[in-house]
Amino acid sequence: MNTFLTLIKRDLVLAYRGRGEAFNSLIFFGLVILLFPIGISASEKLLSEIAPGLIWIAALLATMLSLDNLFKEDFQDGTLEQWAVSQHSLISFAWARLFSHWVITSVPLIIIAPLFALSLSLPTDAIGVLIVSLLLGTPLLTFIGGIGVALTTGLKKSSMLLPLLVLPFYIPVLIFGASAVDVAADGWSASGQLYILAGLFVLGITLAPFAVATSLKVSVSQ
Amino acid sequence: MLFSAHKLSCIRSHKTLFQDVSFELSPGQLLLVEGKNGAGKTSLLKLLSGLRRPDSGEVKWNQVNILQAESDFRTYLAWLGHQNPLKEDQSALENLTMLGHIRPRNQVSMIEALKTLQLGHVKHKFVKTFSAGMKRRLSLASLLIAETPLWILDEPQAALDKTGITLFETLAEQHLKQGGMIVMTSHHSVNIAPKYIQTLTLGHD
Repeated sequence: MNTFLTLIKRDLVLAYRGRGEAFNSLIFFGLVILLFPIGISASEKLLSEIAPGLIWIAALLATMLSLDNLFKEDFQDGTLEQWAVSQHSLISFAWARLFSHWVITSVPLIIIAPLFALSLSLPTDAIGVLIVSLLLGTPLLTFIGGIGVALTTGLKKSSMLLPLLVLPFYIPVLIFGASAVDVAADGWSASGQLYILAGLFVLGITLAPFAVATSLKVSVSQ
Repeated sequence: MLFSAHKLSCIRSHKTLFQDVSFELSPGQLLLVEGKNGAGKTSLLKLLSGLRRPDSGEVKWNQVNILQAESDFRTYLAWLGHQNPLKEDQSALENLTMLGHIRPRNQVSMIEALKTLQLGHVKHKFVKTFSAGMKRRLSLASLLIAETPLWILDEPQAALDKTGITLFETLAEQHLKQGGMIVMTSHHSVNIAPKYIQTLTLGHD
């Protein structure tokens, strides 16, 4: 447990000292959402209708783009090898890494999302649901994306293989997440969608680390 | 404690790098793996540390195959590959702390380990300010704080100057005297009493 916490602390310290790398996903998120109304010059009504999908797509893309560096540095400097050879399970390494990555890249998104939601005229009733759907969905995107990253870590050319691998799994998350906010904006209850998201969330965060650990073991053995 | 290999073979990209490699290592012994570039020294070390499965043969620790679940091999092993497992944005001490958590820890203090490798004066400096030799010495310092009798080292003396090499040889000899075991590759000769050293040469002539 101590090692697990030390690893999380290390990642947070490194992100803090990384001088702004962690802000990339936040900036991308903000750009997509701010540029959309300008490019489309839509009416307030139209904006509030597309807001749930727009915010969710921006969050999904921002998360997906930030995943590339998840294990690359540890792989290249030999740290990953040390963990693979140690008495500690790669599963706890994977969990710690995915969790810190989520805290660093997705939590700022979740904090700032309500602000963007207001700028898109999303009804205030839906904002609470927006936050809950992002809280359930972004860890899912991170953990499932982590599997794809772990599989492509050892490859020399990263290319577009990663999005191709994870997109099929991202789509259900996007559908339920955006739908939850959509129905909440119309005044209906979003519990159906949120419960399904919650179920996927539990499945994802418990099972993904096993797949990640195995893929990392393969990458390291090359 | 016995570290042994039985008829190991390794195939990479359809080429057999080596086959029928066997040895036995007891406490106080150093196995020096020699061979030309490309002969498979690093691949052999990866087989010995459990990072890679052998294409045939077994690696055993105390008569138990290291890849089996019952094996406690990993708690006795310290591995150092070509790279230095260090984070540039952290200080020497922070890096040593992290490495100290990854392996079983002994009683040697981190400050003492840094001083032994002549890094005491830079303990709070970030690793990105270090030269290649200093980074290698920091990686070696992590071996001193680990309670692991077996060291498997791939080119431990890489990037070290003459002083650094002598330092390493002193530490290696001390480790062997305390009953430790070392498996290493090197392009340099290792200046330790020959009674400790076993040589394994890979590659055909």
